[in-house]
Amino acid sequence: MTLTRRDVENIAHLARLEITEAEMPVYVKSLSSILAFVEQLSGAPTADVAPMAHPLEGQVQPLREDRVTESDRRAAYQANAPAVEAGLYLVPKVIE
Amino acid sequence: MSLHAATAAELARGLRAKRYSAVEVAGHFLARIERANPALNAFVTVTRERALADAKRADERLARGEGGPLTGVPVAHKDIFCTTGILTSCGSRMLSNFVSPYDATVVERLDAAGMVLLGKTNMDEFAMGSSNETSFYGPVKNPWDERKVPGGSSGGSAAAVAARIAPVATGTDTGGSIRQPGALTGLTGFKPTYGRVSRYGMIAFASSLDQAGVLAQSAEDAALVLSAMAGHDPRDSTSVDAPVPDYAAALDKPVKGLKIGIIREFFGEGLDAATGDAVRAAIEHFRKEGARVKEVSLPALPLSVPTYYVVAPAECSSNLSRFDGVRFGHRCKDPKDLTDLYKRTRGEGFGAEVKRRIMTGTYVLSAGYYDAYYLKAQKVRSLINADFKRAFGEVDVLMGPTAPTPAFDIGAKTDDPILMYLNDIYTIGANLAGLPAVSVPCGLVGGLPVGLQVIGPHFAEERLLAAAHAWQRATDWHRRMPAAYA
Repeated sequence: MTLTRRDVENIAHLARLEITEAEMPVYVKSLSSILAFVEQLSGAPTADVAPMAHPLEGQVQPLREDRVTESDRRAAYQANAPAVEAGLYLVPKVIE
Repeated sequence: MSLHAATAAELARGLRAKRYSAVEVAGHFLARIERANPALNAFVTVTRERALADAKRADERLARGEGGPLTGVPVAHKDIFCTTGILTSCGSRMLSNFVSPYDATVVERLDAAGMVLLGKTNMDEFAMGSSNETSFYGPVKNPWDERKVPGGSSGGSAAAVAARIAPVATGTDTGGSIRQPGALTGLTGFKPTYGRVSRYGMIAFASSLDQAGVLAQSAEDAALVLSAMAGHDPRDSTSVDAPVPDYAAALDKPVKGLKIGIIREFFGEGLDAATGDAVRAAIEHFRKEGARVKEVSLPALPLSVPTYYVVAPAECSSNLSRFDGVRFGHRCKDPKDLTDLYKRTRGEGFGAEVKRRIMTGTYVLSAGYYDAYYLKAQKVRSLINADFKRAFGEVDVLMGPTAPTPAFDIGAKTDDPILMYLNDIYTIGANLAGLPAVSVPCGLVGGLPVGLQVIGPHFAEERLLAAAHAWQRATDWHRRMPAAYA
């Protein structure tokens, strides 16, 4: 699998990553080589094999009651935010 | 014996016998960190005042006769574990301003055990790396030879314990990130069964693979710390609700009659000859002690690395989408709109390897490629898991090398991601199947440590610790220290 520059631009957009001009050729090359490397999986005999998403078989997702268990720590959490005002997170204007 | 030459278990015994105080022990290690860290770069943050306050409280507990098996023993946490009021960087520019508002469960539990926090250790960025060269805070040096890497991603924890500037440290292991640095620095690196230790507050990389563990000087130390940190946590829905045994009590179980399987696929091309010889000699020792040794084949295991490099990036691309420059972490300057904010924040905040993995994951999950890559890899993961299950129908534990070579030169593999990924060729299988595994030092090759890996079935932690302890009672590789830090 060889990716083109256009492919990498598309992936970077999907992942919301800005890739600089200098980085671009490095990623075209290394992502292509990683995809070529994982290509060897295609030969593995998996016709009747179920996909494995979780390493512990038979473990069921536990459920809990839907009730509030945590206290309000908004101020402590927002201390890490780049921009807040009146308890709200600030982002550039989305709707004109 | 000087304080830093003592294991965590020995320090704990000395503290309870009042041979020294926890404040003295903390002071000794803080002074060693101050001297050694500029060269090693093992710590991102040293928590001097916190350490001294913790130690004072530990001394009070010990004076009341309330000390437990780890009270007053210093510990360093990998900087992937959230620590209240302390920088938690995950080795990334993205979190280089993140002061956690809460503690990880692992941190909370070791704190409750009376351990003394020395600081936060350097690591590959978001735990993505095998050499500790992808950290925003720069590479960590291997105390055995400062031109060499310490392994990764828990490289700072490994270097700190190997240089005895911390008696024990926490780590995380997604594809070998405890065991491989353990092997490369002469330590006992223990990765428990998936779900055995809570992942709450441990910054997520690949959620179906991540597991917390220990970088220790001995199996005994690993057992003590694991007993304190393991157990069910309602805040992590994948943590297993099963009682935690007293791991230290299991150490003395004899290896006579233990059925050992040597993994044939781990001794092929790519394994350094002298490393292979050291590992084979260790297994021969077990045979002489009465273990039954046979060769077993796990034919799908050679597909571990390509499987991992689909599954782990896929999960990472999802987990790392939370870093968006809105609620915490780095934010770019003067974004012109929301998309620009996301893209430049993430482009600037993440390093090269993290971006590479996010893009790999994005690609393998994208429309039109999902079946060919992600679903296929999950099916091959089933094949690998089935191989392990079959093997554990015949033997009690599996053995082989931890890493294909001793520590390599800093910079040697940074330009070739595939070459770097192949460092984890022997460790990734245990993560894909969720198995517990340990690396124990089994020799020196060209003056550098190499490790024997022991893999067990789910929840066979006690069996692994007993095997590791038996080996360490008969040998002294785990007591060797790099000469410059003795």
